[in-house]
Amino acid sequence: MARNGKQTQSKAFRLINLWTDERSRGLIFQFALVLGLFIFIAFIVSNTIQNLKTAGMASGYDFIFDTASFDINQRLIEYSSTSTYGRAIIVGGLNTIVVAIFGIFASTVIGFIAGILRLSSNFLISRLVSVYVEFIRNVPVLLQIIFWWVILLALPKVRQSLSIGDSIFLNNRGVRLPSPIFEDGSLLVLSAFIIGILLSLGIKIWSKRRQELTGETLPVGIISIILIVVLPVLIYKLSGQPIGLETPVRGKFNLRGGFNVTPEFVALWLALSTYTAAFISEIVRSGILSVSTGQKEAARALGLKQNITMKKIVLPQALRVIIPPLTSQYLNLTKNSSLAVAIGYQDIVSIGDTVLNQSGRVLEVISIFMVFYLTLSLITSAFMNWYNKKIKLVER
Amino acid sequence: MNTTNLNYSGKSRPPPANTVGIVGWVRANLFSGPLNTFLTFFSCYLLWLIIPPLLDWTVFSADFTGNVGRDCTTEGACWAWLDQRIAQFLYGFYPAEAYWRVNLTILLLFPALAYVLFDNLPFSAYGRWFSVAYPFIAAFLLVGGFGLTGITTDKFGGFMLNLVAGLSGIILSLPIGILLALGRQSKLPAIRILSVTFIEFIRGVPLITLLFVAVIILQLFLPPDVSLDQLVRVMIMITLFASAYMAEVIRGGLQAIPNGQYEAGQAMGLSYWQSMRLIILPQALKISIPGIVNTFIGLFKDTTLVIIIGLFDILGQARVLQTNPDWMGKVDHETFLLAAIFFFIICFSISRYSINLEKRLDTNRE
Amino acid sequence: MARSKKNQPKTAKNVIEITALNKWFGNFHVLQDIDLTVSQGEKIIICGPSGSGKSTLIRCINRLEEHQEGSIIVNGTELSHDLKDIDAVRSEVGMVFQSFNLFPHLTALENCTLALIWVRKRPKAEAEAVAMEYLERVKIPEQAQKYPGQLSGGQQQRVAIARSLCMNPKIMLFDEPTSALDPEMIKEVLDTMIELAETGMTMLCVTHEMGFAKTVADRVIFMDEGQIVEENEPNKFFTKPKHERTKLFLSQILAH
Repeated sequence: MARNGKQTQSKAFRLINLWTDERSRGLIFQFALVLGLFIFIAFIVSNTIQNLKTAGMASGYDFIFDTASFDINQRLIEYSSTSTYGRAIIVGGLNTIVVAIFGIFASTVIGFIAGILRLSSNFLISRLVSVYVEFIRNVPVLLQIIFWWVILLALPKVRQSLSIGDSIFLNNRGVRLPSPIFEDGSLLVLSAFIIGILLSLGIKIWSKRRQELTGETLPVGIISIILIVVLPVLIYKLSGQPIGLETPVRGKFNLRGGFNVTPEFVALWLALSTYTAAFISEIVRSGILSVSTGQKEAARALGLKQNITMKKIVLPQALRVIIPPLTSQYLNLTKNSSLAVAIGYQDIVSIGDTVLNQSGRVLEVISIFMVFYLTLSLITSAFMNWYNKKIKLVER
Repeated sequence: MNTTNLNYSGKSRPPPANTVGIVGWVRANLFSGPLNTFLTFFSCYLLWLIIPPLLDWTVFSADFTGNVGRDCTTEGACWAWLDQRIAQFLYGFYPAEAYWRVNLTILLLFPALAYVLFDNLPFSAYGRWFSVAYPFIAAFLLVGGFGLTGITTDKFGGFMLNLVAGLSGIILSLPIGILLALGRQSKLPAIRILSVTFIEFIRGVPLITLLFVAVIILQLFLPPDVSLDQLVRVMIMITLFASAYMAEVIRGGLQAIPNGQYEAGQAMGLSYWQSMRLIILPQALKISIPGIVNTFIGLFKDTTLVIIIGLFDILGQARVLQTNPDWMGKVDHETFLLAAIFFFIICFSISRYSINLEKRLDTNRE
Repeated sequence: MARSKKNQPKTAKNVIEITALNKWFGNFHVLQDIDLTVSQGEKIIICGPSGSGKSTLIRCINRLEEHQEGSIIVNGTELSHDLKDIDAVRSEVGMVFQSFNLFPHLTALENCTLALIWVRKRPKAEAEAVAMEYLERVKIPEQAQKYPGQLSGGQQQRVAIARSLCMNPKIMLFDEPTSALDPEMIKEVLDTMIELAETGMTMLCVTHEMGFAKTVADRVIFMDEGQIVEENEPNKFFTKPKHERTKLFLSQILAH
């Protein structure tokens, strides 16, 4: 009996084995899928080229150097109707980022306050906040945006503007705020402010080191407030109040002075902030609840005071749970800002829409704003992944 | 140190009067400290500021009769338009004599859903087939053909449009979402990369950009003499949008299934698709139901975006009435309120039901 | 195993005096007319069926639970709503929990030094030295830089004991310290507690570990339905229980 030295039996090679062999089957599958995808894409591309030709539409990204010939009324950088399409889109992008930043800031503040109040043992307050949260969360954000816009447009005309303290004016053209005027000496106040921030950071670091060495603590919070707020204000007063406010003033037909924030911006900001805050409050609430009561009991048993327990035990653990969904909400807010196109706030989608209509380069424009939003999404995801890795609780 | 307790006779007393009952609850919850007391008074003040004027405006001083905006003369809300216009808010431009078709479609939704969600109903064999056939039945009822008068989709509007777009989006996105979720977990790199790219792309852009694609670009992708109905194009994009989010929800459900389940299926000799169909997916979908419901609520609210591309859902109807010369300036708040209430009632009840469902599913698994 | 009584002073002073203590959870009368006195250096074991109020009783001693009637005096300070009194009591009383309650985001060493730094205001180096001393006492100094998630249950509980001891308490409360541990780890924790007992610490321990009770206790207390049913020296308690209920309980837990 001849003994076969090899371990495996040699099988006759059959084509069908390519299918049944689990290694090659996967390859075949993927190959077929990719091939199918290519054919599909080729089909679409050829249709598109043909349709564009029939409609006489040009293509290519060179349109961004053409003149825009339309105006943008709320903008951060220089722009006029003789600027290029490219510049118009950049203005739009900046407008998106501005309303997103203001929205993120306001919604975080409101959301955290609402979340903490919902945890209050006071039945009335927690129920009131719940009503707000449930109502806002279950009504479409577009409805809320248009609602606020209609309200702001119903404000009185410029001549009969409502005023708050005679320095902020509300009318159907927007909100007119005082604009700051920087005279000589304002540099002194500003540098006092910046130095105050740097100093208080330094004192924080020094105080922590001192506590490690001697165990004694300093009231760092109060010192910071003195350095950042009180001192610059003192210097401001002493140097003759060099930073003034140009308060808007009622003229015969108009308001003079100050700067105007359009009702579109205010409406978008208000709606986005209150809407996102409702979701943030839920995130904050479940984050704080996720810290088991046993943690707080152990801290109390050790004699730790309430504020130290919050700072060192509850918040670090709660924030781990809060921050990932919080960044998702920030991204949602930014994406929701694209609804600006419904009320005429000129964000990137709104301006892109105008450019698209005027230049006819539909594919190119839509691709530009998809890239814009995708970039923001990717940055957010990268941040979330980094954060999650950094604060992961060490386990076996 | 040798005592035995004398009063071990099961005697227990009720607690001191001011710690339980109404008095105790009020003391603990509303007045338990200076901050709490202040908050209680502040909330009462807020309630007093808001509720009476709100009730007064909405109901007591409101005007319910009239034909044009000028007929509303009171200080309160103007609801005079309700009886004439409510049909439009609900059905859009759908012909009135065909309303029964919409109503029937919505009515039939409930048994179709029931046979999908619950296992032990009577006639469940027929019921399952009915659920599968439901999308076709619904399309037939709404659009017509085969004997029913045809109604073009540009007549769809009002709240019915939101329902059609939202429900079809969710239902159709389920199979696609399942495929994407499985693809994302796949060991085959091409499939995994394609799935991830699709999911991250769709989730990274706002819905409005996808709706722009539906309206402006999708037509370019099709051969020159083929044209798709606009509502169909919009529904395609809404479905693709929903399926990316659905995929993430189902992925969570799949990850919650212990590895042992996959291994048991393999050990029994089941193929990949068989173990998916018989073992994994039924469990994963059950776990994912709360997430799926949440995705539906979000999608349903997002259907209002169609007003930006020129379709007139319930929000669009509200805007139409607000800009109508007969009613200009008189009905802004009222129309918003009506639309908001519709959404609120549906979304809130569904989310409460889902929380309830989650609790019941949890206890079932324990 | 007979335990030497050399650490119990002749003239013991009362470190805990509980008189006519009553507590309700809503309408449920969880502690009924409890009277208890504990002298310095005494080791008390409290046992009883679940729901008898034994955990609630010791949690009242460091004010994790509030009592509605009666008085609790710890080292001369009466527990009331006054925060200063509560803080004073808590600095004298240490507690070890059934679920350890270690802070998962801090290392074992940081768990121990946290209260020393923030309550006793010690410099970091000094706090760490104290903490290392106690970690050595519970025999896990090499785990100082590990996080709770990296430690076994028995190690975590020993860190929890060290954490309480760092604050130099006069009284240690144990709320079912071994109930959440796998059997092979119970011994290491009980051994630690026996060593602690031999240093003269006043201990109140809620537990089902009757072997431990026989080794260490000066008194065993049986609680049922919110009342102290029987108290006695361990010998007499286990061999000649007086109440029917006590006999029933002992037969149930000593059966295996």
